[in-house]
Amino acid sequence: MIINFLFAAIKAGTPLLFGTTGEIMTQKTGNLNLGVEGMMFMGAFVGFFTGYKTGSITLALLAAFAVGVFAALIYAFLTVSLRANQNVTGLTLTIFGTGFAQFFGERMIAAAPDKSPKLPAELVAALSEKAIPLLGDIPYIGKLLFSHNIIVYLGVCIAFICGIYINRTKAGLNMRAVGENPAAADAAGINVTAVKYIHILAGGGICGIGGAYLSLINGGGVWNNSCVNGQGWIAVALVIFASWSPVKAILGSLIFGAFSVLQFYVPKDIIELPNAFYIALPFLITIIVLVFTSMKKSKEGAQPAGCGINYFREDR
Amino acid sequence: MKKKLLSLILTAVMAASVLTACGTADSKDSSTATESTEKEAIALEDFKVGVIHIGDPADGSGYSFTHDQGIVEMQEELGLEDSQVIRKNNIADGDAVATRTAIEECIEEGCQLIFGTSWGYMDTMEELAEEYPEVMFSHATGYKSNGTNFNNYFGRIYQARFLSGIAAGMKTETDKIGYVAAMDNQNSEVTGGINAFAMGVESVNPDAVIYVKVTNTWFDPTLEGQAAEALLDMGCDVIAQHQDTTAPQLAAQNRGAWSCGYNSDMTKDAPKAHLTAPIWNWGVYYTLTAKAVMEGTWDAANYYGGMDDGLVDISPLSENCAEGTAEKIEEARAKILDGSLKIFEGSLFDNEGNEVCKEGETISDADITGNMTWYYKNVEVK
Repeated sequence: MIINFLFAAIKAGTPLLFGTTGEIMTQKTGNLNLGVEGMMFMGAFVGFFTGYKTGSITLALLAAFAVGVFAALIYAFLTVSLRANQNVTGLTLTIFGTGFAQFFGERMIAAAPDKSPKLPAELVAALSEKAIPLLGDIPYIGKLLFSHNIIVYLGVCIAFICGIYINRTKAGLNMRAVGENPAAADAAGINVTAVKYIHILAGGGICGIGGAYLSLINGGGVWNNSCVNGQGWIAVALVIFASWSPVKAILGSLIFGAFSVLQFYVPKDIIELPNAFYIALPFLITIIVLVFTSMKKSKEGAQPAGCGINYFREDR
Repeated sequence: MKKKLLSLILTAVMAASVLTACGTADSKDSSTATESTEKEAIALEDFKVGVIHIGDPADGSGYSFTHDQGIVEMQEELGLEDSQVIRKNNIADGDAVATRTAIEECIEEGCQLIFGTSWGYMDTMEELAEEYPEVMFSHATGYKSNGTNFNNYFGRIYQARFLSGIAAGMKTETDKIGYVAAMDNQNSEVTGGINAFAMGVESVNPDAVIYVKVTNTWFDPTLEGQAAEALLDMGCDVIAQHQDTTAPQLAAQNRGAWSCGYNSDMTKDAPKAHLTAPIWNWGVYYTLTAKAVMEGTWDAANYYGGMDDGLVDISPLSENCAEGTAEKIEEARAKILDGSLKIFEGSLFDNEGNEVCKEGETISDADITGNMTWYYKNVEVK
């Protein structure tokens, strides 16, 4: 029972992990992108459509990544080059991405046989949960850690790579410098605009894969116009919960995923709690985490100082 | 002192102006009300119908899609142009302001008849029916009516639920059947459906139990799928649903289990899992009502159709069904149609051991859709 619950939690948490990791990359470079929901929606549609047409998991994920990059490019051009307000641009991107996926989604449904666009059987098989040979046979742990669909492992790998990149490489250091104090980074000879562009685009691509996870895996192989349905917003909240660390985001997304399925695994005949409690739980925990991080005086685990503020070189 | 006096005078003036404003509004209302008591026939080319959907008909399956199929059927039967049907999609039914705006937009565009297809629109539509006596309002799945221009329509979907329960009861091997329910026992429509399904299961498989998980949402593919997976984790091998999307069906299919859909035939979405689905043929009602409104003969009485009207049925049995299912279902269907099987007739026991319906009594349709808070004896909410 517990194993089933944790297994479901991992499955539910993975799209959040992608969204959160992508948003952390964006925020660490000093830009708050509220367009996660929109980028995930675009990734969901394009990833699904590519898989639907080609049957290839690699192409589907690459296409989702590419459209995420494209969506983030719109955002980056507006906020970094044109210095538009970041919050407004992000919200607009969410509205645009949602409309984009639903507009094309409707057309895909209308064109599909029986009005039901289904992924090819070989792709569904490739995406299904499979136990890794030997490791998957270990009792309990095998099911819990080594029996997932392939995108789950990809998500964990990306989160680890991003974590190492941010904290252990020179490029990551430059990026953090830009996020904390772009003027100082500029003075140190870092190309602020280039650094921002690269990481916003990479973050968008990662969000796009998260969207593809929702349409390919959670959707069960049939397109649904509302497949993202607010997951992008939870990912934004999770960034705070994970205190801007991709590695902590792995744990965070597992916890948030657990919360989202908790109501179905708590036996009703033993513990009866109002449903609203389960819905509010992730956000309650986020508030508590916010309170604790603000009480803690250290700079570590805080939002990058330059986040949300556009950088004008002339303002220095 | 001066200030106090001034405020006193201002309050008096305000109160007076409010009172006079109310007075004029009242007189205007009563004059329009007298005009509207006689209903006039509307020419075909002037007739416009507004439809408020909670989801998007373009989803290709599920609740809004099924309602819209009925609207399309009505449109074809009557010969209306596309421009004579105005749809408002994705109107959240908990959002009274959005509901009001959507309906008022329809009225502004000249609709004489508005169909609201989701439970939560009911109170807003009742208010609007008062404000716009010349417009006809028809609301699905509720119970209110005003006898002049506002009614509710619904049907005996429990008859179809019973039949789908037979298919599920014949198929299950673990004798555990999962049911993803949108609402808990505070919602009689859902609870009555679960009970009818459970009785259908019991009629062919007295050992089987029905495990219910409540999502508290009509429409959320992620949650619906997660609830279905939790039920599969508990050992259920057939998943039924009272939800608007196909997510529970697909969850069942991906685990190699079986399923019963709802609203529309979901065999096309989950061909390896789906057995049969209780379905609505809303076109029967939409055509009837639109015709009556056009002819000026609509009486705004509540409508409650059943299998004999063709309003509800089950989708064609898929090849996944167990052997003998078709015969059992045919037998029960014949009894429902000739009236010898009422489904909710005594004696019935709930899952706490209370007798909720005595021998020889039947529960009324109004109670099944509006007043049922108990679960049948083989149902367990998990």
